Amino acid sequence: MSKVTLTVNGKERSADVEPRTLLAELLRDHLGLTGTHVGCDTTQCGCCIVHLDGKAVKSCTMLAVQASGKTVVTIEGLASADGALHPMQEAFREHHGLQCGFCTPGMVMMGVDIANRLPGADEKTVREQLEGNLCRCTGYQGIVEAILSVVNPDAVKEHHHA
Amino acid sequence: MHNFDYHAPASLDAAVSLLSEKEDGKIVAGGMTLLPTLKQRLAAPSDLIDLAGLSDLRGVRREGDEIVVGAMTCHADVAASDVVKSAIPALAALAGVIGDPAVRHRGTIGGSLANSDPAADYPGAVMGLNGVIVTNKRRIAADDYFVGLFETALERDEIITSVRFPVPERAAYQKFRHPASGYAVVGVMVAKFGANVRVGVTGAGPHAFRVPAMEAALVKSFTADAIKDVKVNAGDMLSDIHCSGEYRAHLVNVLARRAVAAA
Repeated sequence: MSKVTLTVNGKERSADVEPRTLLAELLRDHLGLTGTHVGCDTTQCGCCIVHLDGKAVKSCTMLAVQASGKTVVTIEGLASADGALHPMQEAFREHHGLQCGFCTPGMVMMGVDIANRLPGADEKTVREQLEGNLCRCTGYQGIVEAILSVVNPDAVKEHHHA
Repeated sequence: MHNFDYHAPASLDAAVSLLSEKEDGKIVAGGMTLLPTLKQRLAAPSDLIDLAGLSDLRGVRREGDEIVVGAMTCHADVAASDVVKSAIPALAALAGVIGDPAVRHRGTIGGSLANSDPAADYPGAVMGLNGVIVTNKRRIAADDYFVGLFETALERDEIITSVRFPVPERAAYQKFRHPASGYAVVGVMVAKFGANVRVGVTGAGPHAFRVPAMEAALVKSFTADAIKDVKVNAGDMLSDIHCSGEYRAHLVNVLARRAVAAA
């Protein structure tokens, strides 16, 4: 077993894990942060996306020990302490960016990553950037609108509910 | 995934020692191929040696007429690098179409080249741009590096430290992207260095290769038309569930012409 210490959602956390334990497993099974979902477990669906030192990564394709000493933010770390939603979460609610909700944690974390890296991105860019996130409800229209409303509000042509 | 011992050496020497000492030690760079492989139990190394702590292996710089990319530099950093974008925009563009954004935050150039997946993008870049693979032991020219399917000239205790790309006069990469995986069904990097031209192809064969007949035609006339009748042998191409050798051979010609036009 290896002791892993890392910062998760602003707090220092430690756990004893096997070298083969995935970061997604550390978050879900050891730290109880089940907001991070594991959809495909093969690096394709993006449901497990978290931020590692500020960048979106697929936590099913990283060992927990590789996150030692690093800073991780999960979906649970976005909202304020008083419960106020992060602007990206608010946008997903406003634009109906989810149906069953399974892919949503990864979509929101990727959305924040896109907003950090590509402010002002157009719709085509947002769609390309979501290449590693799959929504099986095929609800991309609302998801793209939600992300676009944060990164480039002028580019949102029409409201989903209009 | 079978279990293994994990090591995070603090120096290249320590990493090389571990690699030599351990019975079946394996280097992990970004892990974007290795971890899925371990999960499927297609590999079961005794030890994983993580290079993530070796900050000397990360970063991009220009040295004279060459761009030097550290082996542990992730695809996103190559794609976003102002140094790469101004000197070899084709290389930055290639790095930006590997996998997806989250994969590009982890996957590295060294890992991609050490693995030498026949459908990976960087082998095409190294072949087309006449890159040099620098290891802890030596420098390996692109033409000597790719040996077979997932097989390279790397020795057992050899670790890639950087990749050096001479800055071309012009270059472009064109890729027929597999719509699900993002891998290159075929990818072609065409680069012009003064009187010399190189055509590097990935995805089509067991490993990246050049097309000398296209290069000769492009030296005479650097136009897409100059190579429209230069075909590669379909029998030498990969044939699999995605497409036949004939189709890949066709794509090599189409993408090479598009690359010349875009360069």
